[in-house]
Amino acid sequence: MATMSRPITTLRLERGGADDAPVSARVRIEALSASFSGKPAVKNVSMDVLDHRVTAIIGPSGCGKSTFLRCLNRMHETVSGATATGRVLLDGHDIFDPRVNPTAIRKHVGMVFQKPTPFPTMSIRENVAAGLKVHRPSPTGRELEAIVERALRRSALWDEVKDRLGAPATGLSGGQQQRLCIARALATDPEVLLLDEPTASLDPISTQSVEELVYELRKDVAVVMVTHNMQQAARVSDVTAFFLHGEMVECAPTAKMFTAPQDARTEAYITGRFG
Amino acid sequence: MSPLQTVPAGSLNAHDARDARETRPSARQRNAAARTARTLRRRRVVNAIMVSLLALSAVIAVIPLVLIVYHLGRSGLSSLNVAFFTQDPKSVGEVGGGMANAILGTLMVVGVGAAIGMPIGIGAGLYVAERRATKLATVVRFLADVLNGLPSIVMGIFAWEFLVRPLGHFSAWAGAVALAAMLVPMVTRTTEEMVRLVPQSLREAALALGYSRSRTALTVVLRTATAGIVTGALVAIARIAGETAPLLFTALGNQFRSTSLNKPIAALPLQIFQYAVSPYEDWHRQAWAGALVLIALVLTISLVARAATQSRVDAGSE
Repeated sequence: MATMSRPITTLRLERGGADDAPVSARVRIEALSASFSGKPAVKNVSMDVLDHRVTAIIGPSGCGKSTFLRCLNRMHETVSGATATGRVLLDGHDIFDPRVNPTAIRKHVGMVFQKPTPFPTMSIRENVAAGLKVHRPSPTGRELEAIVERALRRSALWDEVKDRLGAPATGLSGGQQQRLCIARALATDPEVLLLDEPTASLDPISTQSVEELVYELRKDVAVVMVTHNMQQAARVSDVTAFFLHGEMVECAPTAKMFTAPQDARTEAYITGRFG
Repeated sequence: MSPLQTVPAGSLNAHDARDARETRPSARQRNAAARTARTLRRRRVVNAIMVSLLALSAVIAVIPLVLIVYHLGRSGLSSLNVAFFTQDPKSVGEVGGGMANAILGTLMVVGVGAAIGMPIGIGAGLYVAERRATKLATVVRFLADVLNGLPSIVMGIFAWEFLVRPLGHFSAWAGAVALAAMLVPMVTRTTEEMVRLVPQSLREAALALGYSRSRTALTVVLRTATAGIVTGALVAIARIAGETAPLLFTALGNQFRSTSLNKPIAALPLQIFQYAVSPYEDWHRQAWAGALVLIALVLTISLVARAATQSRVDAGSE
């Protein structure tokens, strides 16, 4: 695979142009802590998620990286006994504000999971449009068709499915299903896209197509991607955060993180001494 | 052969074959081989015996069904004619007539019973599955199990006490309510099981799209579980269609054709019972025919249920 053989250290240098433009923080996380029935999973994490950038969250299993991600669209609290404290500011507005409706947050912060989760009873078209139905005003007819097409084009799936939009979504391959889920998340035009190990259940070819897609998506959205694959973090992310035992050990530009980590634990993890 | 020695893959078998020819098996090896052969033979015999016993149990298990169908066919088929399906019973002593009134009555009572019971059962099952940790869910699940084990005549008493006695007359309504009371716990439990089979990841996917919990349950979860729920409901309907006891003092039975839900109505099981205990030869034959029709009805519903499970309806495709 071409992308894989690319040396990690030079990856940063190949990028340029738009990357050099100054970027603002889309999401500001302040002293975020999360726990399950009193058992802490994320401890006092503060960081910024930059607009038009891919932020990778790495760390060993059980380090709280998925929990952290699930706090960013308030999915964490859907588990019984789960609580979160601190502030998560989306464009300056605290999403934990009691007046905020969590379902409204999820229109602005899309999420894709480890396993592809197309709705089995719905067609490809209906899957993409699923998120639009619950947000007012919900588009219909031509407008809906246009949104579905745009979402599928953005997730690089349009050419593969344009002739069978009415076919069941479960007939697609695993990689296609995952890109369909990304299209479904993009249809509501979110500002932030959360990816929870999006390639963990995919084969290498599908993984590559999803990675390329994530790389493209930075143009429009801020992406936060949890991954247990350090090469993947190095390939597609601009910023990497390393989590350990619920704490964020280090957060730095990816090139810096993988060449000159500041913390000894980060270095031990990325050189493969544990995890 | 030392592991370092490289042997071309193809020549390996030739080596082995020559080795086998050159060295004769020792006495110890021959004994071991004989022992292995004996063990193997013993295992084969035990296996054959056990498999035959199991096959025998399977055959015995279906013998009653085969005998029933055979006997029903022999006694009932000869009495089945067009008149049986189109005519109402003739007055006592007159030969002929049919059970059109009872067939219609069964369809009406079971249909109304299903219309009352299915929404309640599906709703309760969905609640019990989606809110499984709540106290109410635990209580409902337990009570549904108790109700499932309740003798069906008790359901008849329930409907009599709450509908027949206050209103002062037997009615199709009361019969339908009694059957619905039987249907609800069955549908509740099958719905719960089917809903629990829907993967948690689908619920999360819906929530992450901004669906509320209730909308997730109604549109995503229920829709995904539909095929299983339909199957379970049809099996339950097939069961209540053959019930006699709950109808005895609710729908009561009727010698005449009635389409009113407020009046006593005929039903196949009731008519069969009444005809079977009568002293008339002609009624006996009609009872056999009625039983055959009833079993065919139940069988048809079961077959439809099977078909519904197999053709996992693609509700999404156009």
